Amino acid sequence: MTTALVIMALLAACSQVLTRVLRDWSGPVLAAAVAGVGGWLLWIGQPVWSGNPVSESLEWVPELGFDFSLRLDGLSLLFCILICFIGAAVLLYASSYLRGHRKLGLFYATLIAFMTSMLSLVLSDNLILVFVSWELTSITSFLLIGFEHERESARKSALQALLVTGVGGLCLLAGVLILGLGAGTFTISEILTSPSHDLPGYTAAAILILIGACTKSAAYPFHFWLPNAMEAPSPVSALLHSSTMVKAGVYLAARMHPTMGGTALWDNTLIMAGGLTMLLAAFAAVHQTQLKKILAYSTVSSLGTLLMLIGLNAPKAMAIYLLGHAFYKGCLFLVAGSMVHATHEKYAEKIAGLRSVMPITMVVALVAGLSMAGFFPFLGFVGKELLLKATLYDPRFGLMLTTAATLAAVMTVVAAAVVAFKPFFGRPNEGEELDPHAQESDWRQLLGPVVLAGAGAITGLLPFLVSMPIAKAVARAMDPSHTEEPLKLDAISLLWPPTTATYLSLGAAAAGIALYAFRGQFRKRTSFATVPIAVWPEKLYDTSLSLLDLVTRVHIKFMSGCTLRVHIRLTLALTSVLLIGAMLRSNERHELFMGETSALSVLLTVLIVGAAAGLPFLRSAMGMVAVVGVVGFALAVLYARLGAPDVAMTQLAVETLVVVVFVLAILHMPSNKGEAKSASRFLDASIAGIFGLAMSAIALLAAERPTPNPVSAYFAENSYTQGFGRNVVNVILVDFRGLDTLGEITVLAVAAMGVATLIRIAPRRRPKDNGGRS
Amino acid sequence: MKSVILQTAARPIVGLTLLVSVVVLLRGHNEPGGGFVGGLLFAAALSLHALAFSTREAQSLLRVSPKTLLGSGLLIATLSSVPPILVGESFFKGMWFNLNVPGFEDAIKIGTPVLFDIGVYLTVAGVLLAMIFTLEEIRDDAADLD
Repeated sequence: MTTALVIMALLAACSQVLTRVLRDWSGPVLAAAVAGVGGWLLWIGQPVWSGNPVSESLEWVPELGFDFSLRLDGLSLLFCILICFIGAAVLLYASSYLRGHRKLGLFYATLIAFMTSMLSLVLSDNLILVFVSWELTSITSFLLIGFEHERESARKSALQALLVTGVGGLCLLAGVLILGLGAGTFTISEILTSPSHDLPGYTAAAILILIGACTKSAAYPFHFWLPNAMEAPSPVSALLHSSTMVKAGVYLAARMHPTMGGTALWDNTLIMAGGLTMLLAAFAAVHQTQLKKILAYSTVSSLGTLLMLIGLNAPKAMAIYLLGHAFYKGCLFLVAGSMVHATHEKYAEKIAGLRSVMPITMVVALVAGLSMAGFFPFLGFVGKELLLKATLYDPRFGLMLTTAATLAAVMTVVAAAVVAFKPFFGRPNEGEELDPHAQESDWRQLLGPVVLAGAGAITGLLPFLVSMPIAKAVARAMDPSHTEEPLKLDAISLLWPPTTATYLSLGAAAAGIALYAFRGQFRKRTSFATVPIAVWPEKLYDTSLSLLDLVTRVHIKFMSGCTLRVHIRLTLALTSVLLIGAMLRSNERHELFMGETSALSVLLTVLIVGAAAGLPFLRSAMGMVAVVGVVGFALAVLYARLGAPDVAMTQLAVETLVVVVFVLAILHMPSNKGEAKSASRFLDASIAGIFGLAMSAIALLAAERPTPNPVSAYFAENSYTQGFGRNVVNVILVDFRGLDTLGEITVLAVAAMGVATLIRIAPRRRPKDNGGRS
Repeated sequence: MKSVILQTAARPIVGLTLLVSVVVLLRGHNEPGGGFVGGLLFAAALSLHALAFSTREAQSLLRVSPKTLLGSGLLIATLSSVPPILVGESFFKGMWFNLNVPGFEDAIKIGTPVLFDIGVYLTVAGVLLAMIFTLEEIRDDAADLD
């Protein structure tokens, strides 16, 4: 499995070059490679069908107990199939949809990078790796939504998706840390062996993980980023925003359900958040007019349904609904992309009569649309049937869930009809002629949708094809103690003998068709109700962003808007207060360390103190630099005298260069007339004096205080034996503490680049402003 | 404000300081000195040259841009941490080799810390020269305008 991930990462890295070499054929080649990886995962995943997960593990950060461990079980395998095969279809589709696009190579690279992170997410057996992959999917999704970043709306939507899922990601990080620390391990398969209800911090972990799942899977009220993400090219919507990435939240909830689930907090939150999202989004979908937005809202609705099914403990229904949804929604997104591509029209109500122009697309769209509407005999029907049964069997919320699911089914019929029926059979509005250049898509755009729609039809006729292996494997993964009761599932038994679910399903279909006919009326009458769904949550997002903006502005105004002088004043004053406070608080009293005194050191000290004390009285900047130089050089002599030749040498060199830099800098400084008022000078001198005294006192106290195990002894002892140098200072710098030094010189380098750049961009003064000081 | 006295004195002083900076760098392991002081001396020598003549001349004496110096210094310092990883030791562990050169009594010790110190030397010199040259260039420009 690690190999599969590595191959995918390499494909992503190579796709730029490949696109340059193979041009038009890079898409099909990459698609074949990705499908190959999928096939290989299926091959090595064979034991999963009989209930034996495959795992492998590499050491990652052994010191912290983090391993790069992967585990393939039923749930992971289901997602792997979706990612690789829909991914391959989408790559093939994109090679025609974005033919000749100048960033096509980059598009492939990002798309495959996304697939890689998604695979690593669903294969991961380590909570930290889950989080890392989770964030990677958010980042690649950001790049893909903002692929056409020349448009402002694309940039805005990309940022919105990143921020919403990013906040969720941070919650997830906190959640998995609490869970992992509580359980004592970050390995998921170990955590899954027992319920974590009694672990410390369960409540917090459950809430945080649920927030993560809900933001990623676009549950109300976090759903608004998903419809906006339709700014992305259609292939991206088909892969990320319908069949895979948005299902990461569903995956997470399903993955953690065996250990986190079973409490009212976890189950009921999933049921309520999911149920609410299912109903509201299905309603909003009817009100949308753009093809892709209709599909987006209907996707939000399906994601809610999946979350609800997890809360209802219906893993098999979840698996089949998920598969059915991936088939028809992935297909419909691609078909919608083709329609927009052919007609240059994104509003569903304005496209009509495509029947004769795009016959193959029409058949594909109809098959997928019927599956979406939940008609017999497609997989969407099986999924909806199982959903209705699951809500009927669960006593917790009475008939509320069944009602909600039925209503959502009605709305979904309308949405499906608007997307898959109207553009082909609808009558064109007056004055809206079909684009005469519209023509059928080529095989690359058709193959993926045909396969997906076909898969939905075949598995709908013969549901045991998916129910036996996949649903069972998923159920096993989600419930290890699952008994071997085979899920009796064939298309006929769902219809006959009729059950409550069958009647509800029939009723929903009839009501849906009726509602489709009167959709104009319906939209007009109920448009007021879409406001809390489509407008308010995004308003909340915008408001919180502007609030953040405001806080930042205030912070900048007060903290960064002031001059360097004020900054230094504040820093030194606060440090002095802290130092003096600490000294006063400590009850220890020590004799001050006086050290040896000699005539020379007394003389030097007097020179240093005298020069420093004279500084505030100087008027010219040059004079001040000279006096600071005197202090520095006297200090250097003092160091040499006290037995620190290294420090003395460095001090000498630094001092020389500081004077040079100061002199050069002062030449460019604006005249400091008016800045140096006596009052401000007095303030500065006092702050500097107090800070100096406080530092001296601390230094003296520190010298007096005996250190129990000075590290210097170790360095002195091992300098020659291990560092092969007699100069302990140097050995510390380049060997014992080499990493610190590397950090320091890096900081120096960055600072130098900053200084050099700032000097260059500063407005040049005209020669006449020199004021005669040069 | 080009001073003939400064220019005459600068030539030998710059040369000597450059030489001393290398000596200080190399002897640093056993005697006072090291890459940091060496780099400072190097920068001091070149800024003296720049003050005495012009930044352009100091720049042509240096041949490469200070930024190149800075970058290669960082690169060398970072690369010096790699060899121990290759032989399975931990990151930044010092590795030493004894080099027997005919004519020298003791074996010359070459190790990754020496390489690291050279990186520090180049970085420090590059940092200071990048700042000083930029400042002086502007001064030279202003002088040209005058």
